[in-house]
Amino acid sequence: MGVGIQVENLNAWYGSTHTLHDINLHIPANHATALIGPSGCGKSTFVRCLNRMHETNPIARATGVIKMGDLDIYKDASPVEIRRRVGMVFQRPNPFPTMSIYDNVASGLKLNGFRNRRILDETVERSLKQAALWEEVKDDLKKKSGASLSGGQQQRMCIARALAVDPEVLLMDEPASALDPVSTSKIEDLIFQLKSQYTIVIVTHNMQQAARVAENTGFFLNGKMVEFDSTHKIFTNPSDKRTEDYITGRFG
Amino acid sequence: MRVKFHQSLDDLKEKLLVMAGMVEQAIQRSIEAYRTRDLSICELVLRSEPSINRLEREIDQMALDLLAMEQPMAIDLRFILSVIRINADLERVGDQAVNIAVRVREMGAFANIDLPVDIPKLASLSSAMVRKALQAFIEADADLASSVLKMDDQVDEMNDAAFYALSSLIKERPELTPQSLNALIIARNLERVGDHATNIAEDVIFWVRGADVRHHTTPA
Repeated sequence: MGVGIQVENLNAWYGSTHTLHDINLHIPANHATALIGPSGCGKSTFVRCLNRMHETNPIARATGVIKMGDLDIYKDASPVEIRRRVGMVFQRPNPFPTMSIYDNVASGLKLNGFRNRRILDETVERSLKQAALWEEVKDDLKKKSGASLSGGQQQRMCIARALAVDPEVLLMDEPASALDPVSTSKIEDLIFQLKSQYTIVIVTHNMQQAARVAENTGFFLNGKMVEFDSTHKIFTNPSDKRTEDYITGRFG
Repeated sequence: MRVKFHQSLDDLKEKLLVMAGMVEQAIQRSIEAYRTRDLSICELVLRSEPSINRLEREIDQMALDLLAMEQPMAIDLRFILSVIRINADLERVGDQAVNIAVRVREMGAFANIDLPVDIPKLASLSSAMVRKALQAFIEADADLASSVLKMDDQVDEMNDAAFYALSSLIKERPELTPQSLNALIIARNLERVGDHATNIAEDVIFWVRGADVRHHTTPA
């Protein structure tokens, strides 16, 4: 099951550049939460703080508290443990090109030391079914490489790979921006189904997508969280003039 | 900046105001026809209806295109929804003008007698509601729109008073039934004009504030 995320006074820097300023918000469990804002506003940095990817850059640092349930992710667990519990899907599908579909999906489990063939088989099947890809690839699991799939299939395979290690949170950084409308709607349907089991945070430039998939939406601008509210409120009658100007295209 | 889109919203507003101008003129003319019993003015009202109907379709099409092509959000989305609704209400006001003109034409067959109902006063009140609601739309002024809502009770009261006065007259002087019934229907038409003005004002409030105040609901 998904877990809620509490963010308190989060600040982040790249070198001397202060990229996130005092972010406070609660991301509810088993909901999809969308983050919107212009390029460079800090939303990707924010999600990278949620799975401790931010600190992989040697000049980057962050302060503040992020709790997943009761777990303080910067104090109570290792980055490796956090990244297992917080899966991530990126803008462009990133399959391991030389691996089969099966090995792509199983890679996280294998890295975590799972060797039992039956468990691996079951997990690969379950994950591909959850990612709505099973029917399309079940006959070629070990024959075809992950890179031989279409872009939309690759992205669903990457989602299956993230799900295989049984995370509680799924971060999606523009997961459909490189996909055609049909593949995009498959990803959106998937988000809709997955949120009953996972907490989903999706960064998107496509505001209609945010409106379609997320219950809550946060608007970032210049490293600050300007407004966080129900998606309905944000897209029909936002409280802050800056949010309204952004979503109606009056700046940017 | 979405320059083209925002220019299209301005064009939509301008077109709705052209429609509003035609509808206001139709209602003024129908009342002028009642006052003077001039059947040529009735004809002018009847002839304006196809143009109003054509504009209604054009405005709906423009709004539909913007919804489909631009996926508007927030205040822009509320604006387009309001325009669609106001468009329908204006067209109905135009229909009321036609209904009044038809009644006046019928009344022309009978003697022009003094009836116990002040149609011009009722007309000036309901027209003022329409004008004020449209002014609120032009200026995006939700306070002005709210003031329109308060005027509706007065129009309703005048319509009720007309009903009682004219039904008494019919009882007392049955020979005046045709004139009385026509005047009664005209009063009812004008009361409907006030209702449409109320709807327009509510749509302005929805557009500007994002609050749904229809059916006496509390603003969000």
